[in-house]
Amino acid sequence: MAAPGLSNLQRRGQNTWSRRVRRSSRGLPPVETILALAGGAVLWVIIAAGTEDYILPQLHVVLLRIVELFVDSGQRWDWLVTMFRILLGIVTAFFVGTVAGLAMGKSQRLSNILMPYLQIIQGIPSLAWVMIAIIWFQEVEVRIWFLLLMVCLTGFAFQAKDSYRAIPKELRDMAKSLRPRRSRLDMFRTVTLPGIVPDLLTAWKVNLGLGTRVVLIAEFAGATIGVGYQLRIEQQFFRMDGVLAWTASLVIFVLIIQKIIELVERRLLRYRPTGDAPQVGDASDKPSGTDPNGAAASGLAGVATADNGGRRE
Amino acid sequence: MSDLLEHQERQPMSTVSDDVLIRFTDVNKTFVTRNGQEVQALRGLNLSVSRGELVAIVGQTGCGKSTAFNLLLGLYAATNGAVSVEGLNPHDDFEELKGKIAVVFQDGRLLPWRTAEQNVALGLEYMGVSKSERLDKAREWLTRLGLKGRENAYPYELSGGMRQRVGIARCFALNPDIILCDESFSALDELTADRLRGEFVKLVKEEGKTGVFITHSIEEALTIGDRVAVFRAPGHVAAEFTIPGELNEAELADMRRQVRGVMANGSAAA
Repeated sequence: MAAPGLSNLQRRGQNTWSRRVRRSSRGLPPVETILALAGGAVLWVIIAAGTEDYILPQLHVVLLRIVELFVDSGQRWDWLVTMFRILLGIVTAFFVGTVAGLAMGKSQRLSNILMPYLQIIQGIPSLAWVMIAIIWFQEVEVRIWFLLLMVCLTGFAFQAKDSYRAIPKELRDMAKSLRPRRSRLDMFRTVTLPGIVPDLLTAWKVNLGLGTRVVLIAEFAGATIGVGYQLRIEQQFFRMDGVLAWTASLVIFVLIIQKIIELVERRLLRYRPTGDAPQVGDASDKPSGTDPNGAAASGLAGVATADNGGRRE
Repeated sequence: MSDLLEHQERQPMSTVSDDVLIRFTDVNKTFVTRNGQEVQALRGLNLSVSRGELVAIVGQTGCGKSTAFNLLLGLYAATNGAVSVEGLNPHDDFEELKGKIAVVFQDGRLLPWRTAEQNVALGLEYMGVSKSERLDKAREWLTRLGLKGRENAYPYELSGGMRQRVGIARCFALNPDIILCDESFSALDELTADRLRGEFVKLVKEEGKTGVFITHSIEEALTIGDRVAVFRAPGHVAAEFTIPGELNEAELADMRRQVRGVMANGSAAA
């Protein structure tokens, strides 16, 4: 219900905003997003009607092709192989990069040794890595795995190093002052790991897009199975619906993984304030259910209060 | 007034007691900077704290208070001299002092990814206490400190004073013999700090703990300490004042003036 004392215009604005919030809280996209997508679809249909199929096929043809791709077990296998390659490569890069990054974060000497190598690796273009992998390795799977490792490794390593160093020394000292029983393991579990998780999740999101592009190039260049290989076949036969369908399948994969990362992020980073989250605690620091000076509820009534300057009585 | 204050121009060692829990004996601490320069943070520090005593250490910035604090915690080793906590060297016998020393830091120093009760339970977790037991203990202390209902709040959802209460709860949940405080209430507004100071002193006394409270505020030191040790650079005790139970405004003002004199010039007569 609109608040009293508002003009019609204000009420209208408030209602629109409320609807938008309600939609968003139900997980539905905002109305303007849906309208924009619908507009794009209409535009596609209009343009496709005036062009050859090998340039832009009709939207429904592409959609049917996507469905066929997931229904047909042979084609689905190609999709699954590509997804597996992407995940295997990124997961390996994640572990290797995180360990390297943490080691560099902890030891300046190790950082001095590893940093130039990582910078060189980062400076080599993805396409050059494809060439190197093809020449160095006979086995296709090894080539793709190596390629992804090299391309995604540095992102994880740099993020892990920087986020490790960004953990405030005060928090480490605090934890250390409590004298953890299994010193290193306890410190890692309770301070280091939660401290680096946000940046590692960001690195995952960045590397997911990067890894997908790189795998596609690798499969396009030298694989006999996978989405990249299928794209090459479709391109050779000028089947644009196939090219678009396989591309869409990759987008679907990236969106699914990003959604999973978002869910993990929401779970692991729930301790972070959201933009509109109110403070639960009030500014005056009155203990819950307390008397005006706040001493009684804590079981410390009559000890020292603001009134006597905090002195003992 | 001087008979009331029991002001002692240093040295030698202050309190002589059969039950000394903390003792600095001729402690020196030198740091070497990156460019190889030596900086002496402590020089000939002598100080002892008896069981059940609450000693406030006051001094200007850079006088060595925090270095002495870190030596007590065992985070640094002394360059010369001896630091003893319950007869142990806090640096060399770091593990043996587990659960015997706890710290209330400035601003609570809570882990942002842990709820209030998880933060309170951290020290117990490190000690290997079972999950249910440590969470029970954490809730008990949060309730005692007036934070019932806030157990599952994250630090960002708590006010500065509440965060500090969680820090105090974390400290007392360990049931340590010695409680160290490092500028614990200096980040809070005056009223909240006053209230928490009073609660803290009451808790220390009720629980029979020994406390060392580091502060740069003369007012705070006089409010909290049974005894006030005035530090001067490079880290030594320039004077000590024993605080009687109750002071009227005039006595408090006089003592404040004397402590300030020592801090500024090394002489209480300033």
